[in-house]
Amino acid sequence: MSAKEIRFHGRGGQGAVLAARMLASACAYEGKHVASFPMYGFERRGMPVVAFTRFDTEPVREKTQIYTPDCLMVIDPTLLEIGNLYEGLKPGGVLILNSPKPFNGRPSDNLEKAGVINATQVALCEIGRDIPNTCLIGALAATTGWVTLESIFRGFGDYLEGDMLERNIRNAQRGYNEVEVYSWD
Amino acid sequence: MTARSKNIKVITGNTAAAYAVLRCRPDVVSAYPITPQSELVEQLAKFHADGLLDCEYVAVEGENSAQNVACAAVMAGGRAFTATSSYGLVYMYDTMLQTSGYRAPLVMVNVNREPPGIHAVYSGQQDMICTRDSGWIQIVVENCQEILDTIIMSYRLAEDYDIQLPVMVNYDGYYLSFLAESVDIPEQEDVDRFLAPLKEQPQRMKLVAGAGTGCGSHGIGMGFVEYRKKHMAAMERSKELWDKIDQDFKNEFGRGYGGQIESYRCDDADIVLVATGSAVGTARTVIDAKREQGIKVGLVKLRFFRPFPVEKLCHILKGKKAIGVLDRSICFGWNCGPVFQEVCALTRHIGIMPMLSFIDGLANMDITKEHISGMVDEIYKASQNKPYQELTWLP
Repeated sequence: MSAKEIRFHGRGGQGAVLAARMLASACAYEGKHVASFPMYGFERRGMPVVAFTRFDTEPVREKTQIYTPDCLMVIDPTLLEIGNLYEGLKPGGVLILNSPKPFNGRPSDNLEKAGVINATQVALCEIGRDIPNTCLIGALAATTGWVTLESIFRGFGDYLEGDMLERNIRNAQRGYNEVEVYSWD
Repeated sequence: MTARSKNIKVITGNTAAAYAVLRCRPDVVSAYPITPQSELVEQLAKFHADGLLDCEYVAVEGENSAQNVACAAVMAGGRAFTATSSYGLVYMYDTMLQTSGYRAPLVMVNVNREPPGIHAVYSGQQDMICTRDSGWIQIVVENCQEILDTIIMSYRLAEDYDIQLPVMVNYDGYYLSFLAESVDIPEQEDVDRFLAPLKEQPQRMKLVAGAGTGCGSHGIGMGFVEYRKKHMAAMERSKELWDKIDQDFKNEFGRGYGGQIESYRCDDADIVLVATGSAVGTARTVIDAKREQGIKVGLVKLRFFRPFPVEKLCHILKGKKAIGVLDRSICFGWNCGPVFQEVCALTRHIGIMPMLSFIDGLANMDITKEHISGMVDEIYKASQNKPYQELTWLP
């Protein structure tokens, strides 16, 4: 598999930064080269946050933000309103979306798949707080097939332990099982 | 013997720095948190609280004290570490000058961020540039593994009996401080072995409690001049030693960085781009793409900024048809980038050729592949005797 670039859109406190890193860790466990970083100014809850993850079989040398993503993960549905969200999306692109609503229409001709799940509801149930990030990583694994659920669970272990690790594993498992995938060709 | 670590983790640049410090076994850590460095200090505090880092951890009230405490610890014969960024760096400026003046071999991380003036919690190398004539050795690095490895190597350089100078390891805020990559964390015993040669050297001068030693006494006349000249000579000596330390590190750990500079595809190049920090990684991909198009372009990664690697650069740049320099900071008074200004000073050794200054990446602005591609195109144009722009601000 060639290089993949994933761009995460969330709000401060939702775990966009950690989601990007956890995905990188999962890919690293599969022997890939990885790079992940967020971009924000002041750390403030509720502020839009962007994070980036790259993985490749070759070393990842570029240190730039991601302008031509293979995948967009939108952790907060209000961020769908960003005017240029789909700009630069590669052909065959994927959207992973946290939303309580069904997905309507095809917002970009380059969008081939959308994996949609009410990750906030799942997180409130499994973790007890609105931290939908790990559920969406599970949804990404199911929608794209780029990384196995097993590697994702291993990746979580780099950041979480004990009860929180177990809760997030359940969160991701449900994202994997329950994501609704829309496809266009 | 090459050390083989089994411990590869996906960690940020800040965390990689913390692991390097842990492995170097400092006696004293004194630091004050500041974005985008905070994670490094927090991680060290955690190592200390967890009992992994056996040192005196001094939670100071600000950066001026952080530098003073670390300097004093080094002068008392210990190994110390501090880290800062931006406002913190300029807040410790007077004490930084004391540290280098005392020839105290402290190692400090500076996570590059725009300094005061226009408030910006964003990446930029202007903070480092503000302290370029402070008598510190200044190193700039490209990725998370290099952060870790360079800090370890820096203790070998700083504490060498023939050098005894403080070292500032710089890495880009955000683009490296928060970048998570797979990093090979070396084993403790291997780092111990790498740093062991320092123990075989003569003991450096140190303050002894209760004894009649003093420091910071008034420098008068020729005594002052002699001291300055020796400081400058030590800095010059650090260049060759750094190349040797890099080679030793490569022999031990299998990773080398070229010492003062790294030359990338320069041998048969007609034109060369000089860059520092995280932008070098991106530039590598652009250089490769331009080579595919038949443009003979090379890249120089500047790792040493102070002392300036004059001899190494002259060797590579001599005879090239045009040279471009990418700066993530500006040089007031010369209307160009600071590294560009310094590269221009090489012309007395390498002769006159078109030189182009590119200022990019201020305040977290992204130095993109497109930007660097445009730089290479402009340098190429200059090499073909076509009109070119000497200074370009990007984006």
